Amino acid sequence: MIPDRARGLAVARRGQWIAGLGLVLLAGVYIMAQRFTPMEVSQGLAQKIFYLHVPAAWTSLLVFSIVGITSALYLWLRDERLDLFAASSAEVGVVFSIIMLTTGPLWAKPIWGTWWQWDARLTLTLFLFFLFVGYLSLRAAVPDAGERARYSAVVAILGFLLVPFVHLSVYLFRTIHPMPVVLKPSAPSLPDSMLRTLLIAFVVDLVLYIGFVTARYGLGLVAHARAAELEDRTDA
Amino acid sequence: MGNGLRAALALAARDVRAELRSRTALTSALVFAALVLVVFNFARDPTRLGVADLAPSALWITFAFGAMTTLNRAFAIEKEHGALDLLRLAPMPREAIYAGKLLANLAFVGVVEAVALPLFVVFFNRPVWHVLGPLLLVTALATIGFVAVGTLLSAMAVRTRFAELMLPLLLLPFMLPPVIGAVQVTARLFADRPLSEVSGWLRLLAVYDVVFVTISVLIFPAVADE
Repeated sequence: MIPDRARGLAVARRGQWIAGLGLVLLAGVYIMAQRFTPMEVSQGLAQKIFYLHVPAAWTSLLVFSIVGITSALYLWLRDERLDLFAASSAEVGVVFSIIMLTTGPLWAKPIWGTWWQWDARLTLTLFLFFLFVGYLSLRAAVPDAGERARYSAVVAILGFLLVPFVHLSVYLFRTIHPMPVVLKPSAPSLPDSMLRTLLIAFVVDLVLYIGFVTARYGLGLVAHARAAELEDRTDA
Repeated sequence: MGNGLRAALALAARDVRAELRSRTALTSALVFAALVLVVFNFARDPTRLGVADLAPSALWITFAFGAMTTLNRAFAIEKEHGALDLLRLAPMPREAIYAGKLLANLAFVGVVEAVALPLFVVFFNRPVWHVLGPLLLVTALATIGFVAVGTLLSAMAVRTRFAELMLPLLLLPFMLPPVIGAVQVTARLFADRPLSEVSGWLRLLAVYDVVFVTISVLIFPAVADE
């Protein structure tokens, strides 16, 4: 695969536009959450962070699943583009999980009275975050491109399989983290108005994810093209 | 399959023999385990914290880090002498290489645990006879899970730039579910609770083992191939 450098730049540019659109929409979500969504009775204003925290958590879990599936496809098809896409997604996923891990304590402090609680979900999402930091560190520590792609794909697939254990342990290890209100076997126990804002916020997060990944993927193509150019020059 | 199993057992036997001659990994892991148990006792203020509150976590920290020390060595010996390249040339399925290393690692970690447990009983004054069966069961379930993942990850970590750092970094997230489960079960056992109270955790540990042993066997060829 020797991609055209100009094409990579065009892809990156398109990604930046989508990400820009996503940021504008995110501002819209803030306004919608503040002005057009009813106040939660017992938590008051503090609950508004819900519309940032929960979509970020969903998005990071979704992104980590995408990285896992793309990595499995890479091991099967051995297409470099899949590896580049997985790596780009992992970087963006880390950003979303940082949002999840910072908004969580901000919300927890006024409501639970503590920044951090060593409950199963918090602990395991923290370690899921470490897992993908590990994934990115591994990528940085393997010099050979083929080996790097295979090793990181293996770690991503293992991480993907770890996710159900994370979710299961929430049910086994009963703590103060709220039980799921939407993603659970029965119907969502959330008023429609709040659910609507939540789902819109999630869609906006997805737009942001697509924008960031497209931009990162384009830059990756540019890097590939640059490396190929340098190789040609040394050969000549 | 019979051929692969024989090859795996031969490889595991070779690892055990090599370890019995050099004793580097086992000695360092055992000293480390003893050190952790001793430090735990001195870090505890006996007037504030009862032994029972600390015992399950002390036991599992000892097991977990003893295992990590052992796993770090697992593929290092293959690399030092270029044995991994020769192993790849050997007429045996890739899966058998993994199975052999897994069996050897389980044996090493098992020895470390078998020595650490009596030390724990003595240092913590915590007889385990009455719960020995369930305790061995949960130890085996948790150990198989993280050693299976650890064996696979150490085969990759050893070929990276920061091998000793990379294994703990990659393995810690995978150690967490088995270790949390094991600590929960151990605490209940020490409190003389019935085993039925922890059946959920035991099932989770068993499923974890099945899932990760299977995937590690299937995926190892992707790590071993050139």
